[in-house]
Formats: sequence, structure tokens, C-alpha cells
Amino acid sequence: MDNSQQLFQYILSGLSNGAIYALIGFGFAIIHNATGIINFAQGEFVMLGGMFTIFFLSFFHLPLIPAIILSILCSTMVGIVFERLAIRPLKNAKPLSMVIITIGASILIRGISMVVWGKDTHALPAFSGNEPLYIAGATILPQHLWIFAITVLIIIANKIFFNFTIAGKAMRACAYNSQAASLVGINVKTMVLLSFAISSAIGSMAGIIIAPLTMTSYDVGVMLGLKGFCAVIIGGMSSGFGTIMGGLLLGLLESLGAGYISASYKDAIAFIILLLILFVRPQGLFATRETERV
Amino acid sequence: MSKKFFWIVLSMLFLSFTAGSVFAAPPIKIGALFSVSGPASFLGEPERNTAKMMVDEINKAGGIQGRKLELIVIDTQGDATKAVQGANKLIKNDKVVAIIGPSITGDTMAVIPVVERAQIPLISCAAGVKITEPVKKWVFKTAQNDALAVLRIFDYIKKQKISRIAILTVSDGFGSSGREQLVAKSKSFGIQIVSNETYGPKDTDMTAQLTKIRASNAQAIVCWGTNPGPAVVARNAKQLGIKLPLYMSHGVSSRKFIELAGPAAEGIILPSGRVIVANQLPNSDPQKKTLLNYVNNYKKYYRVEGDHFGGHAYDAIMLLQNAIARGAQTPAAIRDQLEKTNKLPGIGGTFTFSPTDHAGLTSDAFVLVQIKQGNWKLIK
Repeated sequence: MDNSQQLFQYILSGLSNGAIYALIGFGFAIIHNATGIINFAQGEFVMLGGMFTIFFLSFFHLPLIPAIILSILCSTMVGIVFERLAIRPLKNAKPLSMVIITIGASILIRGISMVVWGKDTHALPAFSGNEPLYIAGATILPQHLWIFAITVLIIIANKIFFNFTIAGKAMRACAYNSQAASLVGINVKTMVLLSFAISSAIGSMAGIIIAPLTMTSYDVGVMLGLKGFCAVIIGGMSSGFGTIMGGLLLGLLESLGAGYISASYKDAIAFIILLLILFVRPQGLFATRETERV
Repeated sequence: MSKKFFWIVLSMLFLSFTAGSVFAAPPIKIGALFSVSGPASFLGEPERNTAKMMVDEINKAGGIQGRKLELIVIDTQGDATKAVQGANKLIKNDKVVAIIGPSITGDTMAVIPVVERAQIPLISCAAGVKITEPVKKWVFKTAQNDALAVLRIFDYIKKQKISRIAILTVSDGFGSSGREQLVAKSKSFGIQIVSNETYGPKDTDMTAQLTKIRASNAQAIVCWGTNPGPAVVARNAKQLGIKLPLYMSHGVSSRKFIELAGPAAEGIILPSGRVIVANQLPNSDPQKKTLLNYVNNYKKYYRVEGDHFGGHAYDAIMLLQNAIARGAQTPAAIRDQLEKTNKLPGIGGTFTFSPTDHAGLTSDAFVLVQIKQGNWKLIK
């Protein structure tokens, strides 16, 4: 195997991981843009997506598709309950306290999942087989194609929702100026609730499509959540192009770094990038007027 | 009248209590330190279950020489500070005669000074070589040394005429110990390590490392880690179309690995205690009876298969039971009897302790198994 093939494999692996990070990053962006808080429990929804699906598959012996749908519904419910019980009662709290509450919630969700589902790791069957596909000497799994496809679909759906529907436009209005939005008759509280529902649904979707590859357990949300957070910081908290690029860039750098420098620094690379961006360009690499907000 | 009646009842109650304690000897208290929760729970949980089951069985059969056992389990959470606190509590409050565990090497090393000071025998369930090398008077262990597993793999690799290998180890205690042993032992077998990679315990994608290995001229891959990492390695290797033979460590010798790796587990070879292939052993194997007994009992109690890790606790209790049955009652006497253990077949192997060897096992404590059609197959 020659060098160019090796490089191509790193790029392909990096992009497939990057798509996952981007998808998780979306969840962060949507909540941040509607409420101004960073929801550190986002990673737990990724975990919940995978775990609920496995639960429905193995416990109720449902086929894959109903299990996935039910799992997304359940995770969304958890997101809604979380907003109602932990976020709404403190609507006027400082952002810092809200962030701390989301961290507390993430520990709580993780703890409950551990007690309910145990500490074991579980694997979800791949959606369409495990036979690798060869592209110019490098390989990729059908599951990766699912990840790319679903990521693209979610981006398109997001764009349509935020630009062409009343609810989406109302959410954007809340993001620009929640006080003004409420003055023109938008129910800001409902919009915040909606943002939690959407982001937990997207998070759980991400958790489901990656579970066949990365496997899932009660504590998988921590690292994936942080990687998603990196992606969205690189992308400047946008829920569009910026986060996609942020995720893909992060995946690529990780993969190339692990391949050409040392695998021991794989996670370090993500966090060094995070720190650099926060220091040098806190508005994100791709921040333009258009992607600044939702 | 009523006052008199009260006194009669009271004195009768008192008599019945004292009489009870005269006739039934107090239970023998044994302490256990296991990492039931935390990152090493895959060790601590089956160990605790096994120890509880053993003590239950022993008590049902009338105890040891008429005395029941009492097991006091403390969860160390894989944290050395908690292990030390637990050991102190067991020794000072519960007045145990011996301690089994901890589950991991770090905890064990932290607990050793405590038991040495209190002169209480400790039977560790961790694998680290340094636990019993140099020999410490009060410390024994049941888990096989990592070095023995490495020897077993290299022995086999050499027979396959493989001389260049790639190693992929997890960056935690288990992985770095394995890595050390792999590098150290490779020279004497004439095996060259052409690629030496690591991965993080929580990593979910190892394609980068495997791509690098694929580009090297290795003839085989040896991966050293505990679930779920190696399952990801197996899947990624298949994903990358790597055809090299894949060897794993005894860290994944539980059914969970086959379940996680799925079809990618096919053909993987690993060293393991005999427990997972108990029914494939020849009848002449001295451990076979103990193993089958353990496997069946564990299934009856917990409805899952007993594994290699729970076996470490089985052996610890069995060694204690044996020492106490030979008449040892005090911690010092138990220690002396433990040291005299000779050819006692357990789960991890056949134990023979001596004043110069407190690990008690040889490299035939491991067998090599291959995963065939989602099941373990003993390599003869």
C-alpha cells in the first residue's frame, strides 16, 4: 500500500468521523441560538439515542426502524422534560448557572442510564451490512454512507425549517432578540422548548446512526459531546455550514494527527484546536454575517 | 406479679442468647475489596458475584469445620484511596482474618502497606507482576501474570513462522503493562515489532492506527486491551480489509467480546484461562471438575456465564477455604497455610505457593483459544 492510498484512507476515516461530530455539534448550536446557553447534556442525548434503540431492539424485539423511531421519540421526551424541569423554572438565571445545571443534568442522565441499563457496552447491528466498500484502495463502511446521507438530510431539513416555516422563523427571531420577539407575539418559552426538542432529537439520531460503528454504553456521551462541542466552536455556533466544516475539519485533523504524528495525541488534538479557536478566533473560523446565528 | 413475670421472661431471653452464642461458633470474617463500579467494574462485578456465591455455597454445606463464613465486600471504585480506606475499615472495624482483592494492580499496591502493618493476609485478584515480585510475606495473588499471556502468544506466533508483528495497546494500566511485556519478551523469541501503536481507553475509532499498521510490513497484529476497545479494533480491521491474523489479550476473554465484535471476531486468537473452554478440555485436565462446577453454579445463580475474571475471586476464596480447613484460625496461621498450598486446581490454574513464589501459576495457566462461528475453540 503506497503513501497516497494511506493518506486517502486517513482522509476518508477523518471525514466519516467528522460528519458525526458535526451532527452532534448541531444540537449544541440550536439550543445555544435559541437560549444563549451551552447545553452540556447534549452528549447524553447521543447516548440515549443509541441506548434506547438497543433497549427496544433487545427487550421488546422490535424491528430496527420502529425501534429507531421510538428511540428518537423517547429521547425527545427526555429533552422536553429536561427543559420543563431544569431550564424553564430558572429562566432568568445567569448563563453560567444554566451551564452548570446542564452539566448536573448530564451527570444525572448518565447515572440513571447506568442504573437502568447497566455498565456494559452494546453494539447495534449495521443498517445495511458490514462489507467494506473500496474507493481507490481505501475502504469505507456502508454505515459511513448512512452517516453522510443523514447528516446532509438533517442540514437541509434545518435550512428549510429555519428559513421557510413560521416556527423556524420565530425561533430565529428569538435568537436575534428574545424581548423583541415576545413583543411581536412570539411565545419565547415555547420556542425554547422547541429548541430542546429539536436538539435532543438530532442528538439521539446521531447516537443511533453511529452506534453500529462506535458501539454505545452509558458513558459514551461525554467524549462525543465534547467533540461535538469542539466542532460547533470551530464553526462559530452556527447550525449550518460552519458546524459542518468544523466537524469535518476536526475529524480530518484527528485522523491525520493519529496517522502521522501519534495516536496518543488524538484527543489532545481536538482540545488544542478548541483552545486555539477560543483564544484566537472566538467567533469561529467560518463566522460570517449569514452563519452568525441560526 | 407482673414484675416477677417480666424478670422471668428477661432472664429466659438472656439465657437463650448466651446459649446460642455458646453453641454456634462466631463466623469467620473475610474482607473483600472489589472495583464493583468505576472503569474496572468488568472485573469487580463478576468477582463480587463469584465471592458471594462461593461463600453462600460453603455456608449451605455447613461452613468450614462448623464455622460459617461472613463476607464483607467494599467497592473500591478502582480508586486507590478508597481501597486503602476500605482495607483499614475491614481490619479495624470488622476485624477480618484475611482480605481478598483488590481487583486492579493500582489498588493492590496501595493496600499492601496497610495489610503488612496489620499482618493480615491479602489475596489479590489483580494481574500486575510487581504485586508478588519481590515476594511479600503477607501478599498472594490469583490472577495470572501478563507475562505468562505474552509468552503463550509468542510461543504460538513463532510456531506459525511469523517474525514481524505490529502491536496496538490501550493507554491504560493494563495496556501499558502488556506493551512493556510484549516489547521485553519479543527479543528472546526473535520477533521484531515493526509497528508500535496505542489507542485511548474511550476511543471509538482506530482506523488511523490500523491504516498505519497496514502500511507496515507486519505479518500479524497483537492488540492488548479490555472491552470495548479491542472489539472496535477487530471491526475496524475488517472494515479496512486487513487480512493479517489478529491476536488479542486475555483482557477480552469474555462472551461480551464476541457479542461486541460480531462477525469481525471470527478467527481471532487469544490466551485465556481455561474457564471459557471448560467443556472442551480433556477429562484428564485436573482443573476440569472445578471449572465445570463453577460455570454451572454461576449460571444457576446469575443466569449469565461465569468468566475468567470472576475466576480470580473463586480462586482467592478457594485458597482461603483450604487454608482454614487445614486448621488455620488466626491471620498468621492462615498465611502460613496459604504458603503451603500445593497443586490446588482452581479456575485460573493449578496453584502451588512457596516461600519464594506467591503467584503460584505457570504459563500453562493459559490456553490459546480461537473464535470460530461465534464461539471459543480450544487450540491444542
